[in-house]
Amino acid sequence: MAEQARAKAPVEVTGAQSLVLSLEAMEVDTVFGIPGGAILPAYDPLLDSVKVRHILVRHEQGAGHAAEGYAAATGRVGVCMATSGPGATNLVTPLADAYMDSVPIVAITGQVSSTAIGTDAFQEADIRGITMPVTKHNYLVTDPAEIPRVIAEAFHVASTGRPGPVLVDISKDALQARTTFSWPPKIALPGYHPVTRPHGKQIREAARLVAAAERPVLYVGGGVIRARASEELRRFVELTQIPVVTTLMARGALPDSHPLHLGMPGMHGSVAAVTGLQKSDLIIALGARFDDRVTGQLSTFAPEAKVIHADIDPAEIGKNRVAEVPIVGDARAVIADLAEAVEADMEAGQGGDYTAWRERVAGWKETFPVGYTAPENGALAPQYVIERLSALSGPESVYVAGVGQHQMWAAQFVQYERPNAWLNSGGLGTMGYSVPAAMGAQVGEPDRTVWAIDGDGCFQMTNQELATCVINNIPIKVAIINNSSLGMVRQWQTLFYNERYSNTDLHTSVGSRVPDFVKLADAYGCVGLRCERPEDVDETIRQAMAVTDRPVVVDFVVERDAMVWPMVPAGVSNDAIQVARDTAPQWDREESEAIEQHTDADHDGR
Amino acid sequence: MSKHTLSVLVENKPGVLARIAALFSRRGFNIDSLAVGETEHPEVSRMTVVVDVEDLPLEQVTKQLNKLVEVLKVVELEPGSAVQRQVMLIKVRADAATRSQVLEMVQMFRAKVVDVATESLTIEATGTTEKLHALLEVLEPFGVRELVQSGMVAIGRGPRSITDRALRSA
Repeated sequence: MAEQARAKAPVEVTGAQSLVLSLEAMEVDTVFGIPGGAILPAYDPLLDSVKVRHILVRHEQGAGHAAEGYAAATGRVGVCMATSGPGATNLVTPLADAYMDSVPIVAITGQVSSTAIGTDAFQEADIRGITMPVTKHNYLVTDPAEIPRVIAEAFHVASTGRPGPVLVDISKDALQARTTFSWPPKIALPGYHPVTRPHGKQIREAARLVAAAERPVLYVGGGVIRARASEELRRFVELTQIPVVTTLMARGALPDSHPLHLGMPGMHGSVAAVTGLQKSDLIIALGARFDDRVTGQLSTFAPEAKVIHADIDPAEIGKNRVAEVPIVGDARAVIADLAEAVEADMEAGQGGDYTAWRERVAGWKETFPVGYTAPENGALAPQYVIERLSALSGPESVYVAGVGQHQMWAAQFVQYERPNAWLNSGGLGTMGYSVPAAMGAQVGEPDRTVWAIDGDGCFQMTNQELATCVINNIPIKVAIINNSSLGMVRQWQTLFYNERYSNTDLHTSVGSRVPDFVKLADAYGCVGLRCERPEDVDETIRQAMAVTDRPVVVDFVVERDAMVWPMVPAGVSNDAIQVARDTAPQWDREESEAIEQHTDADHDGR
Repeated sequence: MSKHTLSVLVENKPGVLARIAALFSRRGFNIDSLAVGETEHPEVSRMTVVVDVEDLPLEQVTKQLNKLVEVLKVVELEPGSAVQRQVMLIKVRADAATRSQVLEMVQMFRAKVVDVATESLTIEATGTTEKLHALLEVLEPFGVRELVQSGMVAIGRGPRSITDRALRSA
């Protein structure tokens, strides 16, 4: 019906008009972008569109991350636009980011005229070739007649199956030429058939393992968020009473307040989540991919566990860890079907009993909560700032982090109660994600409070988008967790490089303020605030919350030496989790398996 | 490591070969041999890829190939139930004294002479990799001046067709 309502009789138009009409037909309401030579023809009819709002950003990377933020917060496809050459190459980072984190975005780029392709023309770059490994699919269009079909296919591919970025590169002459536009076009994707319905036999096999398990854990990944399966997950957890861990990409998939929620697993996960997985005899992985930041040393990860691995992408199953029961399907359908099968077993008196296991994990959760020690000199603890932000802004807000220490603290100390409230760059680890992604989230969710929780390093990579926010009335709030350093790298230098702080001092608060973030905010027309003492935190957050007509930037000057704990150093077993520096958890005698700490020189400490 | 022959049916569109080759390189798989051409359906191309990998990584490469939007179908052809052929052109030193000996070898291997000069013979040979290696071995003593070979092509034995089914499901 909707398709028919949007049906359009053929009209004679330019390729550029055909593009804008196609975007309107796809019900695109927002495009983030920057014009330039090759894409110029598209910007002319865009000016006349009353349905598509174009937001002029200050750097194409900002357009890409804004599209991601819009998509991650709303679940709809985000759209960005750029010109050929450098405009397009500036989109590569957000495209790679969206590919790693399965974010549905469509990027439209101008290309030099088809007659000039291959001649090293001005602002020519083979963006289709460049983005092949970092997009789900991409197109080069030189025939204007193909524009409606390609746009429809791009949105279909981006948003179905495992979501991801799709790039459409259109040559300038195709945008200028006359063509016919009609809608809907005929989609021609003979090789694209994502499997969404799980196989009944696999579901029954999985239910059998669930019933036989003694120590099961639900390992919930970002796929559950993308599949909008939170409600199904909550019902499954209530039904089975199986403990849950939510990965960095899945924070909020199950409310943090849920008693069976053990927290986040992985390198900076809670002791209960990490140990729960380690000692489990059955891992039920839902939309998760056994990332190295979750498993630690793969060969020693959860050695006694059988694995049920459900994912919409068959290539994820068995990639890192062999699955006893592989299930290909959409997380929502998988969880619903599995719940039905398990319930049938329970009604037949053949359900599993995990009481002893639940008590054990509850003990870990109580004994080893994720916490921190406030500095004795009265300095501001970064964790405290984030804790208070969460308490005062609440679970209905959207929290968007950059990458590094502040990201981990935001994952640990914000209480997430709903899906799509937590946005971050998990797979690629893109510093600079926060401000533009928060901008996109705010555009998609205008009625919510959107907090960019950013680091002083990350913030300096993309803060130019504050201009976009001010001019377009996008009132995001930025909390800079300013420790005057590239904090996570510094933490690794502290732990693994004998405190030799090579090139991690940013001079943003210790000794000098370059730049002064409050003045910077002021220069952009934002409200700039600074907070340096714990006793001022609540009042500062309240002041920031009171501003609704423009962006606010708060410079939280925090203690420099705070570190992210717990931590499992890269490449070692999750059994070596430390709750603080050189401090392994004190297990009771039966479980005293914490092994000696290895020094690790993995270089990827960002 | 073990050799596997994959038949990959793809949409016959520009850029597909680059996409497939890039996938192998990005995932760290080495291609031993690659041959591409149109099938009986002009909109479908068939790539025959020989890779040297263990079973588990092979499963991963097959799944990654299947994820590509333009890939219609991936089939592994078992050597026992498929015909595999490669073409080789070999320019061998051959003068009046050695020519007849070389021709004898050519006949034994059921190869063909496709060019003759006073100093050389150019031989065309078709067969499995093993046969071509054997031929090369006997020709080497005469002096191989130049060698070029195609990628392996392969097709399953029996009446069944993998292209028909691929198109029907498409």
